[in-house]
Amino acid sequence: MTERRATAYDSKIEGNVIFSRFDAVLNWVRKNSLWPMPMGLACCAIELMAAAASRFDIARFGAEVMRFSPRQCDVMIVAGTVTYKMALAVKRIYEQMPEPKWVIAMGACASTGGMYRSYAVLQGIDQLIPVDVYISGCPPRPEALLAGLMKLQEKISRERSFAKENPKREAKLEPALA
Amino acid sequence: MAVTAQELFESFEKAWGEKISQKVEFRGETSYTIGADNLRDIARFCRDQLRFDYLLDITSIDNLGEDPRFEIVYHLYSMPHAAHLRLKLKVPEETETVDTVCDIWPTANWHEREVYDMMGIKFRGHPDLRRILMWEGYPYFPLRKDFPLEGLPSEMPDVAFTKVSPLEGGPFVTVPGTGGSKDREPRARPPEL
Repeated sequence: MTERRATAYDSKIEGNVIFSRFDAVLNWVRKNSLWPMPMGLACCAIELMAAAASRFDIARFGAEVMRFSPRQCDVMIVAGTVTYKMALAVKRIYEQMPEPKWVIAMGACASTGGMYRSYAVLQGIDQLIPVDVYISGCPPRPEALLAGLMKLQEKISRERSFAKENPKREAKLEPALA
Repeated sequence: MAVTAQELFESFEKAWGEKISQKVEFRGETSYTIGADNLRDIARFCRDQLRFDYLLDITSIDNLGEDPRFEIVYHLYSMPHAAHLRLKLKVPEETETVDTVCDIWPTANWHEREVYDMMGIKFRGHPDLRRILMWEGYPYFPLRKDFPLEGLPSEMPDVAFTKVSPLEGGPFVTVPGTGGSKDREPRARPPEL
């Protein structure tokens, strides 16, 4: 028995409607469809490919769309040794990605330069671009990459794109939206 | 018709005996040290007469402190005879250019570019002598013994930059030989020079 009020609706007629916070929906949408930009530079790229293949299946997380065009990507996965010769090219690709963008530094070489403390290797891609998640390993197992991706998803779910406007209200929100 | 390696070396020595400054035989490998003036003639002789048609590698050595500072080493292999030969060339520091062997073995193109990039030895007659691993405009020659392992800072705006990498007390080296893995673990052992 439905009440006839001006603001009520009948789900049998109008379909299902979910009420939620804008930030929660936005974060949910963004984190479950992270299209990676595979900056596969060295051996970690093989494990990246393994994570995208069927056994470890990055498609479960919506991230199987590895578009090699930075204009269509959300997250850059820097997988491999960043040499000084390649460093500025990585930075240029990062600058071509549209906002919102994130960076995962996969493996020891991308995080800190790895075992290559030498004249030719940039000691960590975070000297050039801001990194959100570091994954250690040489190379990290595909499960480690997926765990890093899940950590990035948790980070994205804590973002506030709209709630910051009202500081008093922000204090009342729970830590993670959705 | 496979000739034995020994016969190949004998014909090499018969043709170039006076021009060879040193011959080393070690565990079945033969190396001849030759002079830079005869390089192209010897190379053409090896390729045409002795059928050393495969240049495996050209590499360079920096003996900092000795008088001919650099050495260039050519590794040759003969596919019809299945024989290896090594030719060494001593290059003093004042000599800046050495003859190229690109027209004799085309694979020398990139090997000589690498020697130029890492040691600074130029090759006369090379069709495309530019850096191959570092970028053009990089001011140093990294594999010389007076270049530090951690690098030197350099800046080329819009192309590349380099910084000094943190060595944290010396290169991480291992101690070879027996001993458990705990002894052989690579640790920061500063080089005792």
